[in-house]
Amino acid sequence: MNKMNSQPVFVGIDVGASMTKVAVIDADKNLVGHHVKKSGTDFTATADFCLEASLKMANVEGKDIVRTVSTGYGRKNVPFANDTVTEIGCHAKGCFHYFPIPITIIDIGGQDNKIIKLDESGRRSSFKMNRKCAAGTGAFLEEMSARLDIPLEKMDGLARQSEKMIKLGSFCTVFSATEVLENIRNGKKLPDIIKGVFFSVVNRIMEMDSLTEKVVMTGGVVAHNPYLVNMMEEMIGREILVPVYPQLSGAIGAALHAMEKEPINIT
Amino acid sequence: MTEEKKVVRKKIEATSTMNKYMADYFYELNRASKSGDRKIAWCTSVGPAELLLSMGFLVYYPENHGALLGTSRMSTEVIPNANVIGYSPDICSYLTADIGAYLKGVTPLSKAFDGIESVPKPDVLVYNTNQCRDVKDWFGWYSRELNVPSLGIHTHRNPTDIEENVVSSITQQIRDLVEPLEKISGNKFDLEKLKKVVALSRECSELWKEVLQTASTNPSPLTFFDGTIHMGPAVVLRGTQQAVDYYKILLKELKERVKNKEGAVEDEKFRIYWEGMPVWGRLRAHSELFANLKACVLASTYCNSWIFTDFNPEDPFTSMAKAYSELFIVKSDEAKEKYMKRMIDFFKIDGVIYHDAKTCPNNSNNRYGMPQRLEKETGIPSLVINGDLNDLRLISDDQTKTNVEAFIEQLEENKR
Repeated sequence: MNKMNSQPVFVGIDVGASMTKVAVIDADKNLVGHHVKKSGTDFTATADFCLEASLKMANVEGKDIVRTVSTGYGRKNVPFANDTVTEIGCHAKGCFHYFPIPITIIDIGGQDNKIIKLDESGRRSSFKMNRKCAAGTGAFLEEMSARLDIPLEKMDGLARQSEKMIKLGSFCTVFSATEVLENIRNGKKLPDIIKGVFFSVVNRIMEMDSLTEKVVMTGGVVAHNPYLVNMMEEMIGREILVPVYPQLSGAIGAALHAMEKEPINIT
Repeated sequence: MTEEKKVVRKKIEATSTMNKYMADYFYELNRASKSGDRKIAWCTSVGPAELLLSMGFLVYYPENHGALLGTSRMSTEVIPNANVIGYSPDICSYLTADIGAYLKGVTPLSKAFDGIESVPKPDVLVYNTNQCRDVKDWFGWYSRELNVPSLGIHTHRNPTDIEENVVSSITQQIRDLVEPLEKISGNKFDLEKLKKVVALSRECSELWKEVLQTASTNPSPLTFFDGTIHMGPAVVLRGTQQAVDYYKILLKELKERVKNKEGAVEDEKFRIYWEGMPVWGRLRAHSELFANLKACVLASTYCNSWIFTDFNPEDPFTSMAKAYSELFIVKSDEAKEKYMKRMIDFFKIDGVIYHDAKTCPNNSNNRYGMPQRLEKETGIPSLVINGDLNDLRLISDDQTKTNVEAFIEQLEENKR
């Protein structure tokens, strides 16, 4: 067993609608521990589990935590958090840490999308979340993977094999599923349909807001389906920036917010 | 756990007086509906109420009933009753809630006032399409259902300036109502009576304006959410002495608050303008959400829409035509933007929230690029929240909360 590496750390926990993400950073803002797990139905238990796993990875103990900030839909369900910051604020902080320039952040989450614009000092000039429905979110991809009976993790690889993409026309997830079934009935190839599904996600995002010169993409959907980034790059005609851990942007941002707050006394 | 301390919202003492005036109003309508001794006119909120009152009608406002269905959260239960007879869930949810409640035989008035079993029966329905086409369709349904005449004014929509030809057209349309209303009421039109009612409407309007303008002080003594409740007398009692009396009482209390620097929101840090309809079923939740963030939503187009500075008792018909047509909702985006800029400046606003109400396109001013244009011109950030006035099936509370919290974080960053 490793000897504990006692050092002050800051914790960010992002309890998303689909996944819970924890990031532990040291005093030099290095990511020293992290963990991701399905949020499930008991947010508090999942948060505890992810924290423990992250601290273990960082080789530190609970007493080393200076401050914790929670974010995401379940941000109020984290008993060990000192503060909450919205996921908009945390994604902004997390992305600007890696890309300290004026950027547009596109975060594709399990149940919502965000487009956040930051100026040269990292301040938000505007943000938008998708409207009520699942169009363009991870939930849309989950529904399609179920309809097509293809594991979610295989969709990216299949989409890359497409030679002739099938375009889906509808905003609506249910109507899109009907279109997918119609294409299956008509004998269209699976990779072409899946690329069409990806294209629909990209389109729904492009319809939300205009983009600035530099674009950053984050979120679990991007982490697991990097082909979406390639498709978006092709569409906007320029390279897109992606942090090393796109799924952890919110959690890292929360940890950075924790560091910015007044440190609490460690007794 | 990270639960915040709840901020205490300051109660307006005049509320009990208002409740009494409102109760008297509904009981009088109820008595008349049962006895038939006074004729009852249903009127759209900015319809020719002054004319109706001057001709002896008691005036009932279905839109107010729509709002009561919303605040009581009965609306979402009754809207499907209207949907199944062909009134789409995509059209005005005041209309679908009100007709749905009628079809189901329920009213929030029964819950609020002992002994009132239903809305008052109309002798005539009088609309003005200055707000939207839906009000005419709404009254058209009741006209067929109850076999009651539906009369109205058709307003010219989307002008930037109200030209003379528009005023004369509306003036003539109001004059044309006199003859049929004389027949229905059994009363002869009396110009002196109309002048008196118009004078009272003007006085009510001036007082309501003063009430709302107290919010320009820092901290603001009232919120938009208070305003949506306290506008009740301006909506249903305008043209009466009661409304004038009430706003004198309310204004006195608010002026006292201003003098003592008592804010409606404890430790007010952010000043917000609300553009669009309230979410009636979430008034309290929204009021608490903002108050806990030390944000005071203190001004709105919605509450301002009952300020009619054109009423002139010396020229009642023409001034009524002007007052009904100068409404924000009637105007072009160009005119609306000029108005918004004035309000942002006057109330010293930090941020604007646009409520995109799914079933009320005419009161959802974010849909033609206005937030982007105004942000560019004023530098004041804005946020669009998706929701509805009455249909809670169209609302995501979590998403609203996250959006509002993120917006306040943004305003905080800007203040640093």
